[in-house]
This record gives sequence, structure tokens and C-alpha cells, in this order.
Amino acid sequence: MRKPIYFDYSATTPCDPRVAEKLCQYLTLDGEFGNPASRSHPYGWDAEKAVEEARGHVAALIGADPKEIVWTSGATESDNLAIKGAAHFYSRKGKHVVTCKTEHKAVLDTCRQLEREGYEVTYLDPEANGMVDLKKLETAIRPDTVLVSIMHVNNEIGVIQDIAAIGRITRERGVIFHCDAAQSAGKIPIDVNAMNVDLLSLSAHKVYGPKGIGALYVRRKPRVRIEAQIHGGGHERGMRSGTLATHQIVGMGEAFRIAREEMPAEAERLRALRDRLLNGLQDIEEVYVNGDLAHRIPGNLNISFNFVEGESLIMALKDVAVSSGSACTSASLEPSYVLRALGRSDELAHSSIRFTLGRFTTEEEVDYTIGLVKGKIEKLRELSPLWEMYKEGVDLNKVQWAAH
Amino acid sequence: MAYSDKVLDHYENPRNVGSFDKADNSVGTGMVGAPACGDVMKLQIKVNEQGVIEDARFKTYGCGSAIASSSLVTEWVKGKTLEEARQIKNSQIVEELALPPVKIHCSVLAEDAIKAAIEDFQGKQGAKENDDASSSAARVEYEFGGKR
Repeated sequence: MRKPIYFDYSATTPCDPRVAEKLCQYLTLDGEFGNPASRSHPYGWDAEKAVEEARGHVAALIGADPKEIVWTSGATESDNLAIKGAAHFYSRKGKHVVTCKTEHKAVLDTCRQLEREGYEVTYLDPEANGMVDLKKLETAIRPDTVLVSIMHVNNEIGVIQDIAAIGRITRERGVIFHCDAAQSAGKIPIDVNAMNVDLLSLSAHKVYGPKGIGALYVRRKPRVRIEAQIHGGGHERGMRSGTLATHQIVGMGEAFRIAREEMPAEAERLRALRDRLLNGLQDIEEVYVNGDLAHRIPGNLNISFNFVEGESLIMALKDVAVSSGSACTSASLEPSYVLRALGRSDELAHSSIRFTLGRFTTEEEVDYTIGLVKGKIEKLRELSPLWEMYKEGVDLNKVQWAAH
Repeated sequence: MAYSDKVLDHYENPRNVGSFDKADNSVGTGMVGAPACGDVMKLQIKVNEQGVIEDARFKTYGCGSAIASSSLVTEWVKGKTLEEARQIKNSQIVEELALPPVKIHCSVLAEDAIKAAIEDFQGKQGAKENDDASSSAARVEYEFGGKR
């Protein structure tokens, strides 16, 4: 067993060896290194062919036409291009955007930028289980609303939003619908037409492809217009200039092709492993799953161990690579804004750990981790004054803490 | 984040973990921090008749640096008079554990915990005197920093 055991597949995934092998064929003199934009020789033609084949694989995974795929540097750029691009293009219609407080920072920070430019943004509160209330969303849409941006799957808690239902609302109200699908692509089915999504952000490195490449789906029927954010040679039909990174694009295409083929079997395997992990950890007293368990991708388990602080637990679990809902490891001492938006207490938010399982996770790794976590939780609770008080029957909510 | 060897040592082998009886008059208990802030420290000192800290215990909810800071101060306060213990500064903890700037609050909390424990202990001596008129000797004893 390789240690630390990797349980952070939502942060990034390793390249699938099949992806890496194919990608390497598009770099050197012996391979296809040409510029896909070169029209005058076979180097360019062959590279272009590879790029278009990859475009087809990406389109196929989401039920789109290849012409609707625009290559970007990743999901962050796709979110920026979609949100700023659509808001700018349709600014004469109105300057109001609707999103949710649990969106990724790439969406929230882009919305903040629009606010600085004079737009108004409504940030919806999710329900306690992480789901967006459709009625609240519908009421938030105004005559001057141009865009709704709701993610498909949340990166921290893995909760799946009802994108098809949201798409019905936005289509009916004539509002552009952007969906960040960085965490859902390759994990659960996506059909941009059935879901009435107009703009959809994708990333390669969450799907066993390389980092630094992503795509934005831009609907053609009915046509959705966006203003370019990067200007230059007019690549990607003017929506995103810059020489195409053939090797990365080929890698993303291969990763998405494999994902489409293996998704059903992989999802089932991951769900079984995740449930095994959950069942093992639920033996421990005072554990809470964050976010809805039924509407959740198979590989995610976000769980709080009450009375144990997240960063110290991560330190104790040094044989396991996980991430903490507490941002204590960074400069701020804020607990996860996603868990806070769900109404989780600060204590539980500080005590959360995100396990994300993936293609190379094994049963042996899961079983080892269950044993390890149990032991470390016991040790840290021995150290915890809060656990001692809880065991003595003290209601921690009634204690007057000397906050600092 | 990379932790210093000393933080790792205290985190992996914390010294003096546990609790004394809060009600014991020779025990001072300091509890500082808040769960909402991500750290709570409980430091207890056991003071002998000479006003010297004979023993100390801690329990901490918090990050590795918070655990290490409180573990360290339990070692430092032992054998010190209350007045000497009160002189322990958070900057000394920062230096000893090589804490990075984002973890300085852990050392501040540990310093506060010592002061809170001393205050609790001294408060108890005052209360005892109110309960029992014959303990004026004890009061004098503690008012002068525990020295007879």
C-alpha cells in the first residue's frame, strides 16, 4: 500500500496512464507537435485532427455538438469566460446575476468582480443539506436578470444540484444558465440538452486528465453569445484566443473518452467503497455527515468528528492525504464557507474532513483508513477539553467562551 | 504546512495530558479560547503550600501548534512559583517551538491559559478565607506570592 493513501481526488486526480501515454505522443519531433492553426502543412493538419477528435470526446460526454466546445486553461477560466462573457454581452438587457453561496471561488470571485463593475448579484442560501431551493431561485430571478450560475456538484460536500429543474426555470424565464461541472463530469451523467444548460465549465485534471486544460460548452441552439475575455488571433471562433495546447487537449479528450466508457462501473465501485468507509467511521460516537447523502456523487464523504479540531486530525492522519473543511492551514482561521452556508456550527465546521475516493482507491486502503481514523480520534479526544465536558454532560452551547 | 520538529514531538508525545479535580483548593484551572475559533485550552496547575507549582495538566482542542504550545507550558510551569510562571511570555513559546506567524495566536492562548489558571487558584484562596476566618495565615501566604 502506497502511503500517504490518496483520498483527495476532488482536489486533483493523477493522469490515467492511458492518458499520459497518448499525451506524450504530441510533444516531440517524432510525434505530432504542430500548431493546429497552421493551415499550410501536414504538421498543422495532423495536430488539428487530433484536437478535433478530442473535442468530439469532450462533447460526447455531455451530449453536446463538438462545435459547442471552447478550449480553455481550466474550469476557473471557463467560469470567468462564461460569467463575465455572458454578463458583458447581455448587459443592455440587465445587470443582475443569481448564484449560490456554496459555489466555487472561481464563480463567487468572478461575481464579486461583476459587482465592482456595477452589476447586482444575488447569492442564494442553500438548504441545510446543501441543495438550492428551487422556489427561492425562481423568486430571485428578476426582469433584469441575465444569468443564473449554479454548480452541478459541490467540491466540498459532493452534493448534486437538480440542474434539469433549474434549467427548466431559466429557459422559461429567458435567462442564460451557466453550470460549473468541474466536479461532476465523468462521475455522473450530464446532458446539456436535457438539462437546458447554456454554458458549462469543464476541467481535465478532475477526470484523470492533465492540469492546465479545460473547456467551456457554449450553446449554439438557441445561440448563446459571450464576450471574449482573452483577445488575440481569434482562435476558438473568437471566444478564446491563444495557440491550442495540443498535447493537453489530446489528454483531456482521452480522459473524457475513458470516463464516458467506464463511468457506470466506476461509479458503482466507488459508491460501494465510500459506503464501506462511511459505515466504518459511523461506529465512532458524535460523527456527522455534511451535506445530503442521497444527492451526492459516489466518491465523496465529508464528515465532522465533533470535539476534534480538523487540522490536528489531518496532522494525525499523516498516512492519509485528505483535506480539511477548516481553512486553519491557510493564513485565515475561518472554517469552510460552504459548511457555514449550510448552517453547520463553527465547531462542526472546524472538525470536518473531506475524503474523496477515485479510480485507484482500493478496499484495502479504505479498511486501513477506518482503523487509523478510529485510533486517532480516540487519542485526540483524550486530549480534548470539549470531549471531557461533553462526557460530563456540559452543554457546550451554554458555556460563556472567552473568544479571542 | 510544515511543522517544526519540536511541535511534532509535543504533538506526537504530549506531556502532562489529563485533568486534576477542579474543586481541589490546591488546583487552579484556566480555560481559554472558544470552539468557534478552532481552539480551546484547559490548563491546570497544582500548587503546594510554598506557592510553588508542583504539577500541571492540560487538554487542548486545536491545531498541532496549539497542542504543542500547551504541552510545552505544562513543562515550563512545573517547579516555578506563581510569580515566576506569570512571567512566561508568548514570545518565548514562539521561539522555542519555531511557530510561524499564522500560529502566534496559539502561543498567546497558552500564555493566557497560565494567567487564567493562576487567577483561578488565587481566587480560590480568597474564597476560602471568606468561608473560614481562621485561614488568614493562608491569605497572607498567597498574597505575598506564596512565600512565607
